[in-house]
Amino acid sequence: MIHDNYLYVILGMGVVTYIPRWLPLVFLSRRRLPDWFEQWLDLIPAAILSALILPILITTGAPRHLDLFRPELIVAVPTLAFAVKTRSLAGTVILGMFLFWLAGKFF
Amino acid sequence: MEIGLMSLLVYAGSAQFIGISMLSAGAGIIPIIITTFTINLRHMLMSSSLSTFMRNLGIGKLSLFAYGVTDESFALNTARFRDGNWDWRRALVLNHTSNLAWIISTVAGGFSGRFIPAGALGIDYALIAMFVCLLVFQLRGRLYVIVAIISGILAVTLSLFLPGNAYIVAASVIAATLGVFLKRSKQFASTEQKS
Repeated sequence: MIHDNYLYVILGMGVVTYIPRWLPLVFLSRRRLPDWFEQWLDLIPAAILSALILPILITTGAPRHLDLFRPELIVAVPTLAFAVKTRSLAGTVILGMFLFWLAGKFF
Repeated sequence: MEIGLMSLLVYAGSAQFIGISMLSAGAGIIPIIITTFTINLRHMLMSSSLSTFMRNLGIGKLSLFAYGVTDESFALNTARFRDGNWDWRRALVLNHTSNLAWIISTVAGGFSGRFIPAGALGIDYALIAMFVCLLVFQLRGRLYVIVAIISGILAVTLSLFLPGNAYIVAASVIAATLGVFLKRSKQFASTEQKS
């Protein structure tokens, strides 16, 4: 039995999840964008991925604080090197998991 | 049942977790929805970026695609689009296969989660490793590396002060903007030298 409240919460969450994804696609994809904006969008993936990853690697806890000696960061070094060298997505994921599992035995 | 419905309507992992914990803490509907919205704002940036690859598509197709824009599908689709040999059809299939897998696995997790030891087999690292590799795919020149480094440092710094995950959007926007200025000033310098 689903609680009424729960349903509204989910519906509301669904709307605010969908709208931010939908608006830019519909409005930007049919316009000719100015050069600087194209360049800006071109840099966004690199920026956003880096902003997603680095805090996971070197901060921890709530509220967050710096922690430079976590297995996450140590494992990231060979994982990054492997990714640069091989450019293999599957290989990088498997190596990362393996090294992290291994690191778990020591930390 | 509740989990499946949630995964179907709110296809956003971190928002789901936070929504559930706020719900069980007795938070009201409006705060939960506002929180979800701010958590998901980063997808606005991702959709903007993806829109440059999705020219001249009908509104129906775009709407269908928009549903599946997540951190993961964004990163993968961007890498594939850049390689060439990728189109909106494949991107759409990728998005919806991911969504289906998400729905099935979240429901399965609801039933069997308690049997899996936390952190089994380095699985916690799969996503990090994938993001690391996809970031590497994005670094197609010095400017991209510089922007990524700036963004990463900013994100870490901001994450220590800003609540929630606002740091992701803030750091990316600032870093990409600096990147554009950097590129323009370089171009300016080189055109000046030529003339």
